[in-house]
Amino acid sequence: MEGLSDRIKKAGRHPSQSEGLIFEKSAPGKRGIELPPLDVPVVDPRQALGGAHARDAVNSFPEVSEIEVIRHFTRLSTWNYAIDLGMYPLGSCTMKYNPRVNEFVARLDGIATEHPFQPVELSQGCLKILKVLQSCLLEITGMDAITMQPSAGAQGELTGLLLIRAYLESQGDPRKKVLIPDSAHGTNPATAVIAGYEVENIRSNAQGQIDVERLRGMVNGDVAALMVTNPSTVGVFEQRIVEVSEILHSAGALLYMDGANMNALAGVARPGDFGVDVMHLNLHKTFSTPHGGGGPGAGPVMVKKILEPFLPVPVLVEKADGTLAFDFNRPKSIGRVRAFCGNFGVLVRALAYTLAYGPGIRQATEDAVLNANYIRKHLEDHYDLPYKLPSMHEVVFSDARQKKHGVSTIDIAKRLIDYGFHPYTTAFPLIVPGALMIEPTESESKEECDLFIDAMRSIAEEVAADPELVKTAPHSTRVGRLDEVAAARKPILRWKPQASGEAAD
Amino acid sequence: MRYLPKSASERLEMLQAIGARSSEDLFVSIPAAYQLKRPLKLPGPLSEMEIIDYFRARAAENSRGYASFLGAGVYNHVRSVVTDTILQRGEFLTSYTPYQPEISQGTLQAIFEFQTLMCQLTGQEVANASMWDGSTALTEAVLMAERLTGRNRVVVARSVHPEYRQVLATYGHNVGLQVDEAAFTPSGQIDAAALRASVNQATAAVVVQSPNFFGVLEQLPELAEIAHARDALLVVAVTEGVSLGIVRPPAEADIVAMEGQSFGLAPSYGGPFVGVITTRERFVRQMPGRLAGQTTDHNGRRGFVLTLATREQHIRREKATSNICTNQALCALAAAVHLCLLGKEGLRELAQQNLAKARFAAAELKKIPGMRHAFSGPTFNEFVIELPRSVKMVNAELLKDKIIGPLPLGNFYPDLTKHGLVCVTETTTRAEIEHLAASLRRALAALV
Repeated sequence: MEGLSDRIKKAGRHPSQSEGLIFEKSAPGKRGIELPPLDVPVVDPRQALGGAHARDAVNSFPEVSEIEVIRHFTRLSTWNYAIDLGMYPLGSCTMKYNPRVNEFVARLDGIATEHPFQPVELSQGCLKILKVLQSCLLEITGMDAITMQPSAGAQGELTGLLLIRAYLESQGDPRKKVLIPDSAHGTNPATAVIAGYEVENIRSNAQGQIDVERLRGMVNGDVAALMVTNPSTVGVFEQRIVEVSEILHSAGALLYMDGANMNALAGVARPGDFGVDVMHLNLHKTFSTPHGGGGPGAGPVMVKKILEPFLPVPVLVEKADGTLAFDFNRPKSIGRVRAFCGNFGVLVRALAYTLAYGPGIRQATEDAVLNANYIRKHLEDHYDLPYKLPSMHEVVFSDARQKKHGVSTIDIAKRLIDYGFHPYTTAFPLIVPGALMIEPTESESKEECDLFIDAMRSIAEEVAADPELVKTAPHSTRVGRLDEVAAARKPILRWKPQASGEAAD
Repeated sequence: MRYLPKSASERLEMLQAIGARSSEDLFVSIPAAYQLKRPLKLPGPLSEMEIIDYFRARAAENSRGYASFLGAGVYNHVRSVVTDTILQRGEFLTSYTPYQPEISQGTLQAIFEFQTLMCQLTGQEVANASMWDGSTALTEAVLMAERLTGRNRVVVARSVHPEYRQVLATYGHNVGLQVDEAAFTPSGQIDAAALRASVNQATAAVVVQSPNFFGVLEQLPELAEIAHARDALLVVAVTEGVSLGIVRPPAEADIVAMEGQSFGLAPSYGGPFVGVITTRERFVRQMPGRLAGQTTDHNGRRGFVLTLATREQHIRREKATSNICTNQALCALAAAVHLCLLGKEGLRELAQQNLAKARFAAAELKKIPGMRHAFSGPTFNEFVIELPRSVKMVNAELLKDKIIGPLPLGNFYPDLTKHGLVCVTETTTRAEIEHLAASLRRALAALV
């Protein structure tokens, strides 16, 4: 392939078939599902619903056969990168292997088929799954109580802040502010606002850590909580976390931990043991449930005893006879954060993952940290390392050296695609200008790590020798860099039939 | 451990390469006092076979072998093995959010198709890439209406799914949202006259569900007129998307919040499902969640990207339209594949079958002495029956016949303890309906 060097070992040419939109393949009368014949009398919708309520057809809805659907989506799938194809070094996203047995058990008859409103006596299997996973997550985090309802990390954050708010309200004053380090995920400040708090950012210190002295000056009776990610988004453990917690507690404020980086801690250290009052986990990160192109996830929230009365309804309880049930009578509860029992199918997968490891989950943590440090060691002579403290599960470089050649982190990331890798996280965390945020996870072999290191070193050489090659990458994909400015200026967010504008119905 | 691709000697080699003596050295930055000194107390490790056995045993403790007439936001519909075959392709299953469009065109185009399908179904102009579920979609739709109107009061029909209303209350509590509820009439529909009196200059939105929690279709044109007369928005929740195969779409709504579980997703004890918001094009910049848009690459080839990201938390932080990040992308893909399989004719036939079966069931149950239909409004595949006894007592009897009976509405409406919500879909057989009718007769006789 033109422009690709012989040094690219992992990637090669891959046939990529053309494929239009499903609507462009449609022809009247085709379909891909046939139903069994109706075993009751036919009813005319117009008569039954009344003319004002009836609809004849969904205009321009696709009409295709089964094989066309299979081919369409299979062809689309070949345009995606995926964990199943190779390393996905997205810092902060924890793209690890998604075990297939998790998918299998989540689809079992008797699990996938269950209705959330069926009687509890016919749901003991589902409730046991919830119960066992709850105990496992509490043991891993060292916390006291848990809710499984939140749909994803951001909803977990909201739940956590609402718990803090309810607790402080019960003490007389919900307070006004939530403190958030400048290294935090964007969801943290967005969540704080929805919880009714003002956001005050704290600048990190020169090591990328929470500036404890600054914090001491900022914590007062208006502060409800500090939201901290630990290890921080630069991949470093907050060494003064207990001191941070004490500063907050002495002022009546609480410590929230974003558990996005729990992959660095499972089996090694527990947030409950270092002063955290409330935290969420991202089961689609640490607990291997698939990202699925953006979701679904699950964001259970773990709390210390003082926050337990405020947990969302319902709460899973064990009755005197040993059976499990839901307790809806929780007068201090913050209420529901979503309908039904959360993303139950995701919870099933997370339990399957936890059972596969058992206490051996520590080995996964060790391997994740080992991989990150191995990559750091082999790239630190080639890329600028702004923060020098020991790395945990991820390492953050900057493009400072490559900038001198006019090449930025996004260019390097795009060039990495030509080498057969998904880019690392670019331009985050915000405290590292031009960040290259690399998280290999434990799922990568030494061989894959070595290939990645070779690719990154090779790109560093290309930046010096032929910066244009890097700036115009990727060169091997089905489409080149896309015009995002045009996409935002005149948004085309849906297909429409060519001839005329579509009537609603 | 089978998920970890390193041998002991490779670990040693890598440790040496970074200058560590042992794995303990990897964690030097964690103060020793906070390091766990013991192994975690967790069940396992289990082999693949043991994991499967464990979950099979749990499955056996659930409801297998029972006929169910539950709906109420979670429906048992036909699902094709084709959908799951596509879903389990690693390229979809194990890919990340498509922030790198050059190697994510598969996911992006599928989202674009999902957005189009959702617009077509709901009669709206734009749709987002998914929300967590119907309940959070509805809440976000209300918050969106609050931003669009600059007003902070909403009037919500009591016939909106009770758990959806609970979620709205949780979110609204701290952002100054005033939620007033509107009663329903003997038709099961919102009391339009009372609503007209209640909507005022402070009202951001009128919020209804159609078909509503009682299965009854709302008179949307009239409700839109009432809302719009006061410059408020009409927000419509749809929990049963299959209805849209034969029911007029909520085209007069300003924002639609739909639960897409009916489109190829298993009940799965309540999730993961797929919420979606659809709306008018002019409101798109206040929409929460991701959006896929069409564009071109430098060679002029059509391609897709995530767009209008300046609404989102990773760019706008505390000024974002929502805190949502991870959504329900794979479930949205399932819905898209399922709807493509069904197609125009399949969706219509599916909806017709639901209507026919539900009408048959309603007629059969009406024959039972003491049983009456609670509401007179038009229904799709759910309807409310009023029993001479408490639904809970009756259901306990039905369980003996391996039937999970109507949802007791008394759980949510203290004034409706003798009311039960019956759901019948295309998957319910005539024999099951007749079994329910016979069993109900027996149960009521036994309880006299």
